[in-house]
Amino acid sequence: MSTFLSWLGGLVLRFVSYFGALAVLTGELTYSLFRSRIRWAEVGRQLVSIGFGSQIQVIVTGAATGAVFAAQVYYKFNQLGLDSLVGGIVALAMCRELGPVLTALMLAGRIGATMAAEIGTMKVTEQVDALRSLGVHPVDYLVAPRFLAMLFSVPLLIGESIRFGIGAARLMAVGVYNVPEAFYNDQLYKNVDHIDVIFGMTKGLAYGYIIVIMACHQGLTVRQGAVGVGRGTTAAVFYTSMAILIANFFLSLLLNYIWPIAAT
Amino acid sequence: MSTAGPPFISVRNLHKQIGDQQILRGINLTIREGENLVIIGGSGTGKSVFLKLVMGLIPATSGSIIVDNTEITTLNERQLGPHRRKIGMLFQDGALFDSLTVAENVAFPLRESGMKDSPDMHSRIHEVLAAVGLADHGHKLPAALSGGMRKRAALARAVVSRPRCIFYDEPTAGLDPIVSDSIDRLIRRTQLHYRCTSVVVTHDMRSVRSVADRVVYFREGLIHFEGSPDQLFSSTDPLVRQFVEGHCDEDE
Repeated sequence: MSTFLSWLGGLVLRFVSYFGALAVLTGELTYSLFRSRIRWAEVGRQLVSIGFGSQIQVIVTGAATGAVFAAQVYYKFNQLGLDSLVGGIVALAMCRELGPVLTALMLAGRIGATMAAEIGTMKVTEQVDALRSLGVHPVDYLVAPRFLAMLFSVPLLIGESIRFGIGAARLMAVGVYNVPEAFYNDQLYKNVDHIDVIFGMTKGLAYGYIIVIMACHQGLTVRQGAVGVGRGTTAAVFYTSMAILIANFFLSLLLNYIWPIAAT
Repeated sequence: MSTAGPPFISVRNLHKQIGDQQILRGINLTIREGENLVIIGGSGTGKSVFLKLVMGLIPATSGSIIVDNTEITTLNERQLGPHRRKIGMLFQDGALFDSLTVAENVAFPLRESGMKDSPDMHSRIHEVLAAVGLADHGHKLPAALSGGMRKRAALARAVVSRPRCIFYDEPTAGLDPIVSDSIDRLIRRTQLHYRCTSVVVTHDMRSVRSVADRVVYFREGLIHFEGSPDQLFSSTDPLVRQFVEGHCDEDE
C-alpha cells in the first residue's frame, strides 16, 4: 500500500512539476513577445519550415480524410436515401473536428519532433549555452519565433486541410458515386457556414501553442547527449499528441457553446 | 607578459554542488583586468564549472561572484544578459550555431547588440575572420570545418564584439600539436590586440608556458597552487609535480 502511495505521490509531483515548467515557459514566452525584440528573420525561417514545409503533409491528410470519410458516409446514407447529405456532413466534420485534429496531429509529428530535436541538439552541444553567453535569452531566440510562425501557419494550414478534405469528398460523392451536384451543393451550403471554418481555425491556434510549448520544453530540458535527444523527441511527439486529443475534447465543448452548429 | 589592472572578477568562498557531488568547495580568486590566467587541474575538478559559474550559466550553491563591480549571483536570467556581453566565451567544442554559416556566426553577437547590416559591420567580420585565418571560409557551415577551424571560428565569434574578458574552455583539447600551438598564439595575439583579460582552462602544459601570466591549479574543488608559470614548473609540491609531469600514481 505504501509503495502504491509513494508511486502515486511521485506521479502527482512529476505531473505538477511538468505543468509548472510549462507555465514558466509560457510566462517567459509572453515576456519575449511583449517586452523583447522579435527576431523577424528567424520567424521567416520558421514560417518556411512550418508553413511551406508542411504542404504535402497537410494536403494529403485533408484530402485522404475527406475522401475516405465521404466514401464511408455515402454507403450508410445511400441505404437511407440521404445521399445528398454527404457533402454537408463531411464538410461539417472536416471543419469542426477532422481537419483541425488530424492536421495538428500530423504537425505534432513533423514540427514537434523537429523542434524538440533541433533545440535538444543545440542544448547538448552547448549551443544554447553559447546563446546565453552572448546575452541572448534562449526563449527570445528559439521559442518566440517558432511560436509566432506557428501562430500564423497553423490556422491557414488547417483551413487548407479543410478545403482539400471538402474538395476530395466532392470528388468522391459527385465524381465516383454520382450524387447529383446540385443537391450535394445545396446540402453543403445549408449545413456549413464560415463560423464552422473559424471554429476549426480557432482550435488550430490552441494546438499551435501546445505543439510549440511542449516540444520546445522537451528540447530545452534534454540531458545525456544523443540518447537524451532521442528520448526528448519521442516524448515531444507523444505528449503533444496526447495533449491535442485531450484539449480537443474540452475545446469542442467550449467552442460548441460559443459557436453552436447552425440549425438547418 | 601583460600588466594587470584593477580586479575584474572577484570570487569569494564559492561552492558548487551537483547532486551529491561537491564540485567546488570554497574557491577564492581574483582576476585582474588585462591578465592571462590559466586554470589547470584534473578532469572533474570543476574548472569548466568555474567558468560557467562566473558567466552565470549555472547557479552557485553559495558564495559570491563579483564581475566588474556587480554581484551576479543575485541576478536572474534576463538581468544576466548585459553582464554576459562583457565576457566572450570559447566553448570546448566551439558551440557554433550549426544552422548559420561561419560569417553569420561571427555576425551574430553584433546583430544581437543592435548593429545593422552595414559595410562597417562586414569589414569588422572580415577583419576578425582574417585574424583567425578563416577569411576565405566565411560562407561555409560549421559542419564543413575541421576541429581546429571550428575553434578558430568560435574564437572569432567570441572576440568580434570586443568583450573585456574572454574565457577559453580547453581551447586545444583534441587538436594536434601544431594546431594547438596556432591556437595558443591566437589567444596571445587576441589578448595583445584587444587588451582583454583571458581565463584559459587547459590540461596542456605547452599552453600554460605560452599563454599564462598566472596559473592556478584546482584540486578536489579547491585551489591547490597559485603562482607564475615559472613557479609552477619549479614547484616541489609532489601533487603539482605529478600533474605537471603527467605521472600516474602506481597505486591508482
